[in-house]
Amino acid sequence: MATTEPKANDEPIVLDDAIIEGAEKLSEEDIAQVINDMIRTEGGARFKAYLNTCMSCGYCSGACHYYLSRDKEPRLAPAAKVKQTLGEFVRKKGRVSRETLMRSCEIAFTDCNLCRRCMMYCPFGIDVAFLMLFVRRVCHKLGVVPRYIQDTAHSHSATMNQMWVQEDEWIDTLQWQEDEARDEIPDLRIPLEKEGADVYYSVIGPEPKFRAQLIYQAAVLMHAAGIDWTMTEFPGWDNSDMCMYTGDIEMTARLKKVHFESALRLRSKRIVMGECGHAFRSVYDVGNRFLGWKMPPIEVVHAVAFYDELLAEGRLKIARKFERPVTFHDPCNIVRGQGLHEKARSVVRQSCETFIEMEPNREHNFCCCAGGGVINCGPPYKNKRVKSNRVKAEQLMAAREKGAEVVIAPCHNCHGGLEDIIHHYKIDIEIKFLIDILFECMEK
Amino acid sequence: MYDIYALARGPLAWGAFIVFFGGIIYRLAAILLEARKKDHVVYAYFSPYYAMRSMLHWIVPFGSRSMRQQPILTTVTFAFHICLIGVPLFLFAHIILFKESFDISWWTLSGMAAQVMTVIVLLSCVYFFVRRIVQPDVRYLSSTADYLILLLVVLPFATGFWAARGWAGFEIATLLHMLSGELLLALIPFTKLSHMFFFPLTRIYAGSEFGAVRNAKDW
Repeated sequence: MATTEPKANDEPIVLDDAIIEGAEKLSEEDIAQVINDMIRTEGGARFKAYLNTCMSCGYCSGACHYYLSRDKEPRLAPAAKVKQTLGEFVRKKGRVSRETLMRSCEIAFTDCNLCRRCMMYCPFGIDVAFLMLFVRRVCHKLGVVPRYIQDTAHSHSATMNQMWVQEDEWIDTLQWQEDEARDEIPDLRIPLEKEGADVYYSVIGPEPKFRAQLIYQAAVLMHAAGIDWTMTEFPGWDNSDMCMYTGDIEMTARLKKVHFESALRLRSKRIVMGECGHAFRSVYDVGNRFLGWKMPPIEVVHAVAFYDELLAEGRLKIARKFERPVTFHDPCNIVRGQGLHEKARSVVRQSCETFIEMEPNREHNFCCCAGGGVINCGPPYKNKRVKSNRVKAEQLMAAREKGAEVVIAPCHNCHGGLEDIIHHYKIDIEIKFLIDILFECMEK
Repeated sequence: MYDIYALARGPLAWGAFIVFFGGIIYRLAAILLEARKKDHVVYAYFSPYYAMRSMLHWIVPFGSRSMRQQPILTTVTFAFHICLIGVPLFLFAHIILFKESFDISWWTLSGMAAQVMTVIVLLSCVYFFVRRIVQPDVRYLSSTADYLILLLVVLPFATGFWAARGWAGFEIATLLHMLSGELLLALIPFTKLSHMFFFPLTRIYAGSEFGAVRNAKDW
């Protein structure tokens, strides 16, 4: 897969054979045609205003974990990523070389997590994530996309879930988890296809695939809190969406439609989602927009907000607080994405003895470097991803020094990213989901 | 010499102001209409409260974490912009011209204050220039246009200062001052200097999205 290792002097090279294969099929005319069509049709007011307004001041540089972690490499400043990609597209009127296209693809897919932190550091509020998504969409239309994430997008197209999970496997997994949980709580059920339930619970593809215990824990929590809930046995159970990150917005719309419609078909009152960040982004403010819904057609509640609500209503009770000192990692897509940071802290404080803040925190927290589809670009980019988030390692080490033994991250991608960072930088800290803590500490 | 002066004082000044205001109106209208067609979100999520909240945080010095992280740049940027807008608007010599032409006038800066502020503009430009060359990320980001707009700003202020001090050749300086000032005005709508009127638009959008949709701060 990986053709060569990154050179020591940080020279840019293309690591992914799918990018190379895709680009080899294209002539410069093909590239120019797609770029110019995209700029003409989808390059609207925001696109123009952002490109015209950037004063190249460098305020955004300090916001980016790539830039900070890689010794302030100028190419990794957010505005520099725009300059190397869209800047070239516009300057050369679309007539860019295959090399520029391949580099643009790598920059947009693997040098940016679309975390939107730089948008908060830009005096003009320029949305670099929006611009990088524009580049990704150009790449998608040209068939130049990193192999692993494209495979995930294919899975979405073929199965309506992220992990090639077949329908019988999905149902089997739920029954298996129900079976296991009934050892502990004999009357526990994982209701399927129940009409009119208060809560439609959806998860991301990796939960049945790798982290089935999360479904178990969620079932126990629902049972303990006395929630009238259901899941669906049909496609629509997966709320995740890597197509949003490959630039395939048509597929994003289809995926979100299936998800919303399965909840609406079951006449559920609202959707509650597991602890995932990007899925929440896709349901809350991306997919609904592509479908023409200003806000989701049915209320969508992220797990963090749901736990907070259950604790506030007294439906969920903490039997014994979690004893080891914890710190909290704010996932971009639910904090910069929906401001759930205070609710998350409220849950943490109610369930843990000692809470230690990481610095910076809340909206200013650093991304895990896995989000935005970067971890989904797979092994060829793992080393770069870990190296490009030394600031996260330093942030975790500082929390560790203050005494934190556990870092809570209510997001799947963050888990993947933080695990790799903890392992690589040898940080003595354990990572948990919020539901791991609640499961351990609640009255069952 | 007097002919050129009359030209700069008359038709060219009119031309510069017409291009300046006309250009701003044209570009604003064009972008707002394009947003109507292609960026529905800009209107759909527009929230006056959150837009104002965002604007306030970014128009007040050190109102954002980003600005606090770079105190020198922030101080210079604010001093620069205040002087850059303040001097031409409240300079006694400029007001006299308006008084002569239209019989309107308003409050003016003292000559000393105007000169100090002009020096601030010029020194800020030196700072920006040096920073563009010395700081690697900014150097990488800078294009020819970034250097040219600095020059565009320096010219009228440097020549204006020269004329105000009455140094040798101040007649020529005055003329150059008028011409370069007019050039600057006319180019604002069509260069990166358009950030002057795009700033509210991009901030309004960012503020509305962050505040009204995402319940988060954007500073």
